[in-house]
Amino acid sequence: MTPSIALIGLTKVYEAAGVRAVDGIDLEVGQGELFGLLGPNGAGKTTIVGMCTTRVLPTGGRVEVDGVDVVADPAGVRRRIGVVTQYNTLDRACTVAENIYYHCRFFGMSKASGRRRTDGLLEQFRLADRAEAMPDELSGGMAQRLQVARAIAHHPQVLFLDEPTAGLDPQSRIALWDIVADLRREGITVLLTTHYMEEAEQLCERVAIIDQGRILVCDTPASLVKGLNAGRVVLLALDSRDAGLLTRLGAIEGVTEVQPTDDGGVRLLAATANGRLLPQVVEAAQPNGVRDLAINDPSLETVFISLTGRDLRE
Amino acid sequence: MSEVTLRSGPRSSRLRGYARAFGGLLLRDSRVLVREIVPFVLRTVMNPLLFVFVFAYVFPKIGQGFDGGAPDVSFATILVPGLVAVAVVFQGISAVALPLVNEFGRTREIEDRVMAPLPVGAVAVEKIVFGALQSVVAAAMVFPLVYLVPATDVSVNFDRWPLLLMVVVLSSLTAGALGLAVGTVVKPQQVPLIFSILVIPITFLGCVYYPWASLSTIRWLQFAVLVNPLVYMSEGLRTSLTPQLPHMPVAAFLGAITLSLALLSTLGVRAFLRRVRS
Repeated sequence: MTPSIALIGLTKVYEAAGVRAVDGIDLEVGQGELFGLLGPNGAGKTTIVGMCTTRVLPTGGRVEVDGVDVVADPAGVRRRIGVVTQYNTLDRACTVAENIYYHCRFFGMSKASGRRRTDGLLEQFRLADRAEAMPDELSGGMAQRLQVARAIAHHPQVLFLDEPTAGLDPQSRIALWDIVADLRREGITVLLTTHYMEEAEQLCERVAIIDQGRILVCDTPASLVKGLNAGRVVLLALDSRDAGLLTRLGAIEGVTEVQPTDDGGVRLLAATANGRLLPQVVEAAQPNGVRDLAINDPSLETVFISLTGRDLRE
Repeated sequence: MSEVTLRSGPRSSRLRGYARAFGGLLLRDSRVLVREIVPFVLRTVMNPLLFVFVFAYVFPKIGQGFDGGAPDVSFATILVPGLVAVAVVFQGISAVALPLVNEFGRTREIEDRVMAPLPVGAVAVEKIVFGALQSVVAAAMVFPLVYLVPATDVSVNFDRWPLLLMVVVLSSLTAGALGLAVGTVVKPQQVPLIFSILVIPITFLGCVYYPWASLSTIRWLQFAVLVNPLVYMSEGLRTSLTPQLPHMPVAAFLGAITLSLALLSTLGVRAFLRRVRS
């Protein structure tokens, strides 16, 4: 079966800025898959989406969407994809309903089928009572729902969502997750980028972790977390930190990784969380003044930190 | 046989798809124009209306009339083609350039528009075409004003209507192309400058209020204004509507307008592509 999206040695270099934004990425996303690109801001996620959606020209390698090359037939690719960018790109001179309706017309639908599709989507995305409103009168969550509704109006096979929940309140974020999960059930391939690890973890079937234009790992969220070989993550807030402390902590049985954190504390990955672990940790850290201690389950964020030594957050 | 397959093959269905998308863009723009018809009318008629009112109605009444270099013809007659030409060019700025600056800057709407299933260059061409349509409408709206308001005689004739039609259509497309080029190059914070460094000089030095031939007494200026596309539009309309006034040869202004159209649309489409694709 042709993959929905295929990236082959994909590279983007911005000569003027001297930046290698995307550095030889190979990736295949299967039909109907809900795939996440997870990485910090500036990792190259938006540039990757830009190349997949015909907006950014690759410097090297290529992208095929549904078997169609994005450089050879950009208009053909645009017919097959829906795109929601990081920004609100709604047509401010048209009403909510017209935003969807004219999108349908751009994609060749007749007046009648455009109207039908518009009504259906307004209903489905709970925007029917705002049909005649102008986009500037919508809340952030509503505007984002409208953007998704518009993006899928022409029945694309693949939907690209670039940071779809950035700037949304928690409630709207969860509402959007539900929408995306529903689309997945309709059989649309979804590729979303995010720097929220919960988003990738909860929503995506497979995740590629991206940093500095490269894919570090690519697997299901569960396998990535399992691969850490860590049962617990212990966070210590300290008055001071020194090399001796890191050595002492690393020597404790069951501790697999010791990482200094940006705020002067320490993060420990431990294979198991047996009863002896915490007392030993506290004892080892005592001379440095333990101010706080938190125990978490490992997550995709832990995976990112253990791969890059850096935090995922901005 | 092979010809038949070619005609019904993927190429023709692709072109049909492009045409539908192009039509959809025109449809959307028409809807917005209809909704904003009052501002459209106001911005189109205000300037020419006040201009003819003061210079061709008030001035003759209070005895301050002047002629524009042709003593046996009223100033109002000279103004007719000029003000229609200004209305055409002004639409290029107000109907194409200003919205485009917004779509690129504040609203980023353009990022969605170029996702329509047709070549990106065609999205830019649609801007030119729809701008041109508005220019034609503007010309038709301004003409009766500048014909009827003046207190003095206005002598205009339509015998050369095929030429008139050609000049109006070519000028309107050129105005649209000018709008595309300006709207793509200018940043939102530079919008006020469009008026002071582009619209005002173009209008005042566009042979709007005087025929080009009458500039022969200021030789350097007569040559300098030749870079201004409005000069050829004014002269073209003057030749079509008021041939009794001195005017440029037909080949000169038709050639120059066509050249401006080619240059401005190439420049505009290229700049547009550069801005939406990286």
